[in-house]
Amino acid sequence: MKKIEAIIRPSKLEELKAVLNKMEVRGMTVYNVMGRGLQQNVKQYYRGQEVSVDLFPKVKVEVICRDHWQERIVDAIMETCRTGAIGDGKIFVYPVEEIIRISSGERGDAAL
Amino acid sequence: MRSLKLSLGAVTLAITLLASRPALAAEEVSISAGDTGFILICAALVLLMTPGLAMFYGGMVRSKNILSILMQCLAAMALVSIQWILLGYTLSFGPDHGTLIGGLDFLGFGNIGLEALSDTVPIPHLAFAGFQLMFAIITAALITGAFAERMKFSVFVVFILLWTTLIYDPLAHWVWGGGWLGQLGIMDFAGGTVVHISSGVSGLVAALVLGKRLGKEREAIRPHNMPLTVLGAGLLWFGWFGFNAGSALSANGVAALAFLVTNTCTAAGALSWVAAEWLHHGKPTVFGAVSGAVAGLVAITPAAGFVSPLSAIAMGLVVGPLCYLAVSKMKEKFGYDDALDVFGIHGVGGTWGALATGIFASTAINPAGMDGLLAGNPGQLLVQSIGVVATYVFAALMTYAVLKAISLFTSLRVSEEEEEAGLDLSLHGEDGYSNADMSGEGHAVAG
Repeated sequence: MKKIEAIIRPSKLEELKAVLNKMEVRGMTVYNVMGRGLQQNVKQYYRGQEVSVDLFPKVKVEVICRDHWQERIVDAIMETCRTGAIGDGKIFVYPVEEIIRISSGERGDAAL
Repeated sequence: MRSLKLSLGAVTLAITLLASRPALAAEEVSISAGDTGFILICAALVLLMTPGLAMFYGGMVRSKNILSILMQCLAAMALVSIQWILLGYTLSFGPDHGTLIGGLDFLGFGNIGLEALSDTVPIPHLAFAGFQLMFAIITAALITGAFAERMKFSVFVVFILLWTTLIYDPLAHWVWGGGWLGQLGIMDFAGGTVVHISSGVSGLVAALVLGKRLGKEREAIRPHNMPLTVLGAGLLWFGWFGFNAGSALSANGVAALAFLVTNTCTAAGALSWVAAEWLHHGKPTVFGAVSGAVAGLVAITPAAGFVSPLSAIAMGLVVGPLCYLAVSKMKEKFGYDDALDVFGIHGVGGTWGALATGIFASTAINPAGMDGLLAGNPGQLLVQSIGVVATYVFAALMTYAVLKAISLFTSLRVSEEEEEAGLDLSLHGEDGYSNADMSGEGHAVAG
C-alpha cells in the first residue's frame, strides 16, 4: 500500500476531489498548510511598513491506495492540478506498512 | 432666536424648575429641550467611540493580544467615568485658579444640578459635565495603542488614573475651562490639542519608556483582523459626529457646520492617504483607507466649528500623506515602537489640525470664531502654535514623570514569557478565539 501526499493549489481541491470521486477513490485527508518552494516572496505593506510573505497557503491531500493504483492517482493529480506555473505544488509517495480501521478492527486492504 | 424656538417640553421643564425653586426664579435660565436632547445623544455617540476604538486597535494587534486591548479600552471607560465624578470634572471645569487648574467646587459632582450651565448655554450643567466625560474617556483610551501588547494591566490602571488626573484635566482646563490657553485665544473646537496632541505625544513617550515589543526587530508584526479594524473605524467616524457637532453645545448652525466639515475632511483624508500609498507602493490598501479617515477626523477636530467645507477638503488632502509619511518613514527612521501609531496619527494629525485651524478659520463662516491666516490674521496661527508647543511639552514631561514614578514600585512591562504567550492568556486568563485548542470547539466547519 502507498500513501500519496499531494501539495496543491487550494483552488484545485474541488476539481481534484471530483476527479478522484469518479475513479472511486473516496478516502482522503485534507489539510490547510503553509509552505514555500520556488515561488517568489510577496511584499505586503501595512501603513507603509513592508512585510515580506514567504509562506503561501496550500492544500495537502493524502490518499492511501493499493500499490497498483499509485500511478493512476498520481496521473489524475498531475492532470488536474497542473497549470504549468511555479506554485503548482509537489507529490510525495510513501510506502504504508499497515492500515487498521478503528471501528471494526479490519486490517490491510480490507481497511481501505 | 433660541428662546423663540423653545419647544413645549423645554418650557414645561423650565416652569417646573421655576416652581420647584422659587427663590432663584428670577435668575433661572430656561433649559432648551432641543439643545439638551442633542447634547445627551451626542454624549452617547462619543461614548460609543471608545468601544469603536477598541475594535479599531484590536484588529491591529496579534490575535494573542486582542483581549488585552479591549480590556484596556473598557477599563478606561470605567475608571475615567468614576474619576470624572470624584475629581476630574472639577479639576477641568471648576472655577479657575491661576489660569492653570479648576477649583474643587464641583468635587464629587457637588453643586452640579439640573439648572442651565449658563445663560448662553441653556443645557443642564449635568448634561455638559456628562458630555465632557466622554472626551476624557476616549482621550485616555487613545494612548493604549502606543504601548499595546506589552504593558502590565495593573500598571495600566494606575497610569490611566494618574494620566487623566495630572495631564488631561489640566489641559482641558487650560483650553476649555477658563485657563491660560483659552484666555490667550486658542481655537480648539473639539480637542485638537486637549485630546489628540496630548494622547499622541503621551503615547510616543510611553512607547519610548517601555521600549519595543519583543521580536519587533526580527519579525514582521501584522494586524490579525482587518475587518475588525474597519468596523472600529466606522464606529469612530459615526461617533465623531457627536464629538464635533456636539461641541457646538447647541443644536444650531455651528453644529451643522461641524457635522458637515467633519465628514468632508474624513473623506478627503481617506482618499489622500490611499492615493499617497497607491503612488508609493502600487496598491490601495484597506488599512490605508481607514487610517486616512481617522487622520481626517483628527485633523478637523479643532477646526470643526470654524472652517468651510472647502477648507476641510484642503485639510484632509494634507493630513493623509502627512500621517502616511509619519507612520511609514518617520517611525522607521527614529525606530520607536508606537505600536498602533497613536503619535503618527493623533499626534501628527492633531498638530496639523491645530495649526490648520489658525490658517483656515474664518469669521465669514462662524462669526463667533476668529479669523485665521488666510483671512488676514496671522496672529491666530501664532496662538495656535503656542498651544501646540505647550501641549507637547506638558504632555511629554508629565507622562514621563508619571511612568518613571510608577516604575519606582514595579516594572512597567510584562515578563518576556508573558509577552511571548500573549497578554490575553498571561494577564487575563482568557483566549480571544476559542479555536486556539484542538478539540474542534469554536471551529466554523465541523466534522
